[in-house]
Amino acid sequence: MTIPREKLEDMYRKMALTRAFEETAMRLFSLGKVHGTAHFCIGEEATGTGVCAGIQPQDLIYATHRGHGQSISKGMNVDRMMAEFLGKATGVCKGKGGCMHIADVSAGNLGANGIVGGGIPIAVGAALGTVMQKIDRVVVCFFGDGASNEGTFHESINLASVWKLPIVFACVNNCYGMSMKVTASMNITDIALRASSYGIPGMTVDGNDVLAVYAAAQEAREHASRNGPVLLVLNTYRIMGHSKSDSGAYRTKEEVEEWKRKDPLKRFVSTLLQQGLFTEAEIAGIDAEAAAVIEHAVAYAESSPEPSLDTVEQDVYA
Amino acid sequence: MNEITYAQAIKDAMSEEMRRDPKVFLLGEDIGAYGGAFGVTRGMLEEFGPDRIRDTPISEAAITGAAVGAAMTGMRPIMEIMFSDFITIAMDQLVNQAAKARYQFGGQVSVPMVLRAPEGSGTGAAAQHSQSIEAWILNVPGLKVVAPSTPADAKGLLKASIRDDNPVVFLEQKLLYRKKGPVPDGDVVIPLGKADVNRPGTDISIISYGRMMERCLQAAEELAKDGISAEVMDLRSLRPLDTEAIVSSAIKTGRVLIVHEACRFGGFGGEIAATICDSEAFFYLDAPVRRLAGKDVPIPYNKYLEAGIVPTTEAILAAARDLAK
Repeated sequence: MTIPREKLEDMYRKMALTRAFEETAMRLFSLGKVHGTAHFCIGEEATGTGVCAGIQPQDLIYATHRGHGQSISKGMNVDRMMAEFLGKATGVCKGKGGCMHIADVSAGNLGANGIVGGGIPIAVGAALGTVMQKIDRVVVCFFGDGASNEGTFHESINLASVWKLPIVFACVNNCYGMSMKVTASMNITDIALRASSYGIPGMTVDGNDVLAVYAAAQEAREHASRNGPVLLVLNTYRIMGHSKSDSGAYRTKEEVEEWKRKDPLKRFVSTLLQQGLFTEAEIAGIDAEAAAVIEHAVAYAESSPEPSLDTVEQDVYA
Repeated sequence: MNEITYAQAIKDAMSEEMRRDPKVFLLGEDIGAYGGAFGVTRGMLEEFGPDRIRDTPISEAAITGAAVGAAMTGMRPIMEIMFSDFITIAMDQLVNQAAKARYQFGGQVSVPMVLRAPEGSGTGAAAQHSQSIEAWILNVPGLKVVAPSTPADAKGLLKASIRDDNPVVFLEQKLLYRKKGPVPDGDVVIPLGKADVNRPGTDISIISYGRMMERCLQAAEELAKDGISAEVMDLRSLRPLDTEAIVSSAIKTGRVLIVHEACRFGGFGGEIAATICDSEAFFYLDAPVRRLAGKDVPIPYNKYLEAGIVPTTEAILAAARDLAK
């Protein structure tokens, strides 16, 4: 499979943007500029980017609470995303959702979810709406290893399977549900095995290899659009803590260091350089551009007004 | 004007809306060939086919989430929860998802769906199939709640609920399903948020909704024989609530009795009472606002015990006479 250079560049740009967004968001936290909490996806960038690169522009995604990379990869405007992170009136959700509830319907992102597994049945409904309105579209539902232990995961996959809906269940297995290691939360080592209970295909991919994720997502999308649901498991690792309150007492530094060596960005760069597709200067250029885009987003967000209290009762009802 | 049952009126509302709007469809357990646990959807599969009358596995959370997602992406689902008690299994999808999607996403989406569920005791189904659960739902901004008491209201309010761009919980009164009443012909839509004064009066206001309406009207009839003129108000829609109608009736009569089947503690009667006491109507009251509600117990199985925990016509009559002294 030959991937066009523009596609590769776009994928690396999304990953670099995600990394820059996360590092900047953490810096804003340490400066005391953030009111709420956040869940960072450093180390998992290849999952959101690879999946979103492998689907079509008209496709919809449902993101997770650790969904910055998923949102950026689906083509979200980072200015309005950063503004939402800072709770500003110009935020994509007008400062009412925060980063746990980022949504951008115009970009096909129907929303991140603060409830583990809460988005899975809704994604099934969007896939149902897709079929009933005869739209050429696939729905991708992101969730984590922890969510695969929720009842909604099992109910939803079963329902989607019975109705043969065009949906890809994208399970980002980052090895931890908060502090609970995946090996302790389930008695299987491959989450994709769960697909067989519902009569759908399960795929397992190295979630730190963006090209492998991309190829798998294309295949999963193709299957979903013709034959119904697929469970796509992306094995990766959560480098940062669960959220800002995490002291990391449940895992060793060595374990984290080992995974840092598998950094998905470095890995992608080394492939691009080895194959002579990009020069180091070109990669540095993309990194610099990502930093500038995020810097612009911060300036936009910081200079944006706080929402007026007059808006607090708006949008409760349509 | 036709005399039809409450169940038929609900079916007619759904069928007419489905003929009018291809985006409207049904999903739920046993709503197809079985016709629904209470027979409400009987015959709809034959008219609309399995694509629009969707039988589902027993998966209340997935059913509700599927309705939310379909609603967010352009459809107008009507979902059935077989007994309102089972909403507990779908509570996250209803409370954290359906009710909040619009607000937390800054108005980017709307969730035009109806969750239909029968509620109430009186069928000998005991504690897990007989509750009146509106108070759980009424504390959630973003949801609307409707509880009709007549076939005509059931039809007109369900049509309004289906056309509403918000999630509406439509609480059907299971003991009313077989009761007949006049229903006007044609496309009559009753707006949500308007109470109905079924019987005007001057001495006391009896405010209720749902199944208790019948008993309140019977009590009013008896009170008239004593020379007490009771105004009986059917709230019909609990959220949005017609506070104006409540307050003006309280001002007019100065004596208010609130009646509902659901448990008293934390029940909706408290909200109605507070609505009156928070308003200028307080200055017109000649007696304390009184609540008559279901006893604070799980619904018991034995038929005498079961009948004994909800307000009876006699209890309503006694409370009203006492208040009107």
